[in-house]
Amino acid sequence: MSNLKEVTDANFESEVLTSGKTVIVDFWAEWCAPCRAVGPILEQIAGENADKVEIVKLNVDDNPQTAAKYQITSIPAMKVYQGGDVVKTVIGAKPKPALESELAAFLA
Amino acid sequence: MRQMIIIGSGPAGYTAAIYAARAELQPLVIASAVEVGGELMNTTEVENFPGFPEGIMGPELMERMQAQAERFQAEIVYDDVASVDLTGQVKKVTLNDGSVHEALSVVVATGSAYRKLGLPDEDRLSGYGVSWCATCDGAFFRKQEIAVVGGGDSALEEANFLTRFADKVYVIHRRDSLRASKIMQTRSFANEKIEFVWNSEIAGIHGETQVESVTLRDTETGEERPLGITGLFIAIGNDPRTHLFHGQLDLTEEGTIAVKGRTSITNIPGVFAAGDVIDPTYRQAVTAAASGTVAALDAEHYLASLPEELLAPATGHVDSGSAPVAGSTVDQEGELVGEH
Repeated sequence: MSNLKEVTDANFESEVLTSGKTVIVDFWAEWCAPCRAVGPILEQIAGENADKVEIVKLNVDDNPQTAAKYQITSIPAMKVYQGGDVVKTVIGAKPKPALESELAAFLA
Repeated sequence: MRQMIIIGSGPAGYTAAIYAARAELQPLVIASAVEVGGELMNTTEVENFPGFPEGIMGPELMERMQAQAERFQAEIVYDDVASVDLTGQVKKVTLNDGSVHEALSVVVATGSAYRKLGLPDEDRLSGYGVSWCATCDGAFFRKQEIAVVGGGDSALEEANFLTRFADKVYVIHRRDSLRASKIMQTRSFANEKIEFVWNSEIAGIHGETQVESVTLRDTETGEERPLGITGLFIAIGNDPRTHLFHGQLDLTEEGTIAVKGRTSITNIPGVFAAGDVIDPTYRQAVTAAASGTVAALDAEHYLASLPEELLAPATGHVDSGSAPVAGSTVDQEGELVGEH
């Protein structure tokens, strides 16, 4: 369905926390309509900024440990990770220009 | 150039699209990138839409409306409107992607946006316990104590839905009676996990990184007391989404787009408005759909009144060539539309 890589509780450490790159994780679920809306927008942003950031998805139903660890209480939630730390959180589905401006520091 | 652009993809927008498309006006529906389908996309079971005796899920109802509009060649774009210029005979609608669409008529069906409490910590804790969408966020509050603010159908529907996950759901309401429908009231009073907190409003929301408690203020005595909760779902109503049209379309005192009598006619010829954006009172899926019908018929009538030479370039885009606009109008609802 999505072209973005799915990360899991099992590989979150290696794919996100110890990744050398800036990684944006889209916390989502099947039943969340705004998540389905924002998915394609994130795919576009990922495609246009592939040299700067990696965008991956984490299904909160299938990966409750990671969702709990990062205290996810609202989805879609997009968290930007650098060097293992969350440096920015964006909550809620937003149109592409709004999302780009929120993430501007990481897309420049 | 097109004959009609419809801004919005809730029941009003899609119903306008169904009527306009069946009239062979080939409407363009600007459906929004993230709010496609409108408010019903965030609801669960819709039990009061006629024709669905078993109820239907909000998102499925909207997918069906969309499919019905597309069946008759309505064109749908998934982007948001950045600006509009409605003043001329040719209306211009600019989208976020920079594309500009022109049409002889525009139907505004932008609906409404969730109202906020207006408290200082509301935005800071939004997404960290403060939510406007029970169906999106409810599952994160399993076995917790949470609250819903509001006394309408939306508030009670959210409260009942949230009891699937939460151990306890307080419903905080400013008065001592509800405006919600009887059936929702009965259902909520019978739900053991729901406790009503009457005559109370939220005076403050507290928590470092997540909601930990709220301060309740008694609306009669002014007395304040804390309530420990981890989630606060706000369902205190909606405000019409009119910001795109300020300075162009006249508004009412209530903030809705002003229309003439029972029509959808705004202060600008060729611009029609429908659904929650004109309705401060009823705000139902069915009334929005009906309102979308009115707008499509009003717009058809308006287009039929325009001089031939204006319509000629527009019909060039229409597959069926010179399909007479007025003819379709009379076929369908001749009596209602009448002669101009």
